[in-house]
Amino acid sequence: MTLTATSPAPAPAPAGPAPDLAALAARHGLVESGARPCLPEYTRRLWGRRHFVTAFATARLTAQYSRARLGQLWQVMTPLLNATVYYFVFGVLLRTKEGVRDFVPFLVTGVFVWTFTSSTVLAGTRALTGNLGLVRALHFPRAALPVAYAVQQLQQLLFSMAALTVILCCCGQFPRPSWLLALPALGLQATFNTGLALVMARLASRTPDIAQLMPFALRTWMYVSGVMWSVSHAVRGDKMPHLVAVALEWNPAALYIDLTRFALIDSFAAGQLPPYAWAGAAGWALLAGVGGFVFFWQAEETYGRG
Amino acid sequence: MADAYDARTPTVIADDVHITYRVHSGRTAREVHAVKGVTFVAHKGEAIGLIGSNGSGKSTLLKAVAGLIRPARGRVYTRGQPSLLGVNAALMNDLTGERNVVLGGLAMGMTRRQVRERYQRIVDFSGIDDKGDFSTLPMRTYSSGMAARLRFSIAAARSHDVLMIDEALATGDAAFQRRSKARIAELRATAGTVFLVSHHHRTVTETCDRALWLEAGTLRMDGPAADVVAAYEAHAKAKK
Ligand SMILES: Nc1ncnc2c1ncn2[C@@H]1O[C@H](COP(=O)(O)OP(=O)(O)O)[C@@H](O)[C@H]1O
Ligand SMILES: [Mg+2]
Repeated sequence: MTLTATSPAPAPAPAGPAPDLAALAARHGLVESGARPCLPEYTRRLWGRRHFVTAFATARLTAQYSRARLGQLWQVMTPLLNATVYYFVFGVLLRTKEGVRDFVPFLVTGVFVWTFTSSTVLAGTRALTGNLGLVRALHFPRAALPVAYAVQQLQQLLFSMAALTVILCCCGQFPRPSWLLALPALGLQATFNTGLALVMARLASRTPDIAQLMPFALRTWMYVSGVMWSVSHAVRGDKMPHLVAVALEWNPAALYIDLTRFALIDSFAAGQLPPYAWAGAAGWALLAGVGGFVFFWQAEETYGRG
Repeated sequence: MADAYDARTPTVIADDVHITYRVHSGRTAREVHAVKGVTFVAHKGEAIGLIGSNGSGKSTLLKAVAGLIRPARGRVYTRGQPSLLGVNAALMNDLTGERNVVLGGLAMGMTRRQVRERYQRIVDFSGIDDKGDFSTLPMRTYSSGMAARLRFSIAAARSHDVLMIDEALATGDAAFQRRSKARIAELRATAGTVFLVSHHHRTVTETCDRALWLEAGTLRMDGPAADVVAAYEAHAKAKK
């Protein structure tokens, strides 16, 4: 078609679309490559990759300290050192402990539970941008990456909880049946975190600058989440506008932190929780989990381009 | 035209495929038009070589066939899920070869059971344990040739509907190259179609029966491998 006397190439291929190709593909049952599968099919494929998700998460967790002399011992040492620093700054220097009973368990639980959310969100921003090579080389539902990063943080949390058990016992808080309530609280939080990681992964793949803003956003979020002070003390009485008090109480991070404290710490009574705290925690988990997954899926075919 | 196409089973149909990359440098964004309207039909049992100078769009075209990049315009239709021999991206240098075999296998979509069954074959084929017990050491301690051999062995451990190999053969020593050539022939026998990008024209004429010549994102020629390679070489010589 495009062959001319002056063409330097001996036999140029026919250029332009051949109108019958779509029909030919349909006749032989070929499907469009790179098209986004429908949501149920996408979910099924992600489930099919669950072993990759856990293997990838474990591999990253293991690789993290593989060059350190103390190796995997750091998994427990890092949260312990973090707790010590926070105790020194907030318990000894700034004295936010005024009026809080069992301040050390209160603070350390807050720090560990908050770290679970903040590090999962932060990991989510890097799940796609940090794995472009993988996205451009292998075919799999991209949600596997942010989910794997979230699973890695969940594994990390288990180490933190081991450290927390030691700290609690040192402070005279011994295991009792109510500790089991930490499981649903942290489970709901894990769902919430995963949804947020999926949202952040999509946003950061489009606008990488978000990764630069995240530390500031997360620090702000931490200061309003009652990590080192008590939300129930702050909202008591009518010192602050009603709307602000409600926002503080229903902040998902504050809910997950206080529910875990309620489960683990003797002196942290149900009265310190806002009404319907469990419903709120479940609602946030459902909203973020389902919403985040759908939001991520909607841009599936754009990941790794450009 | 339709009758000629219908005689054999098509596995990949590229219909006027255009691919663009968005490139951000600082605050300006530019578009790179990497593939400009490529059309071809690949059939079951074919081994197709892709040739063309650097940056002509070979790798980009393969990624679109694999469904990893969506064409800006035009469509790619495929039979089954084509896979790119690109498992290296999933591997981690700080992990042992052993664990990388498992991770790479799962990344390619094998089940845990398939990985277990093929584990020994993968390690044996790569030959990393020939000189000591390297599979229990982190991959960062491997020579580049050893790492490349392990990557190829993992990637080649699965059979594929459509397999695409992008310059993977240029690695490893002579003995390993011989083994991998044999493995590719095997994969070709089990796969529907094999695509091979290589700058070694002898590899293309020896392993492929058909070749596509890409130049600056357009398809210059599509035909028997020997003819296309000869035309490309003549063109390259004329340019010098
Ligand atoms: N990730 C990318 N981002 C931007 N441009 C790219 C990217 N990958 C390739 N290109 C551009 O697309 C063109 C084709 O590249 P490529 O497909 O790698 O060529 P080949 O494999 O034939 O050497 C080149 O101009 C290259 O600069
Ligand atoms: Mg290339």
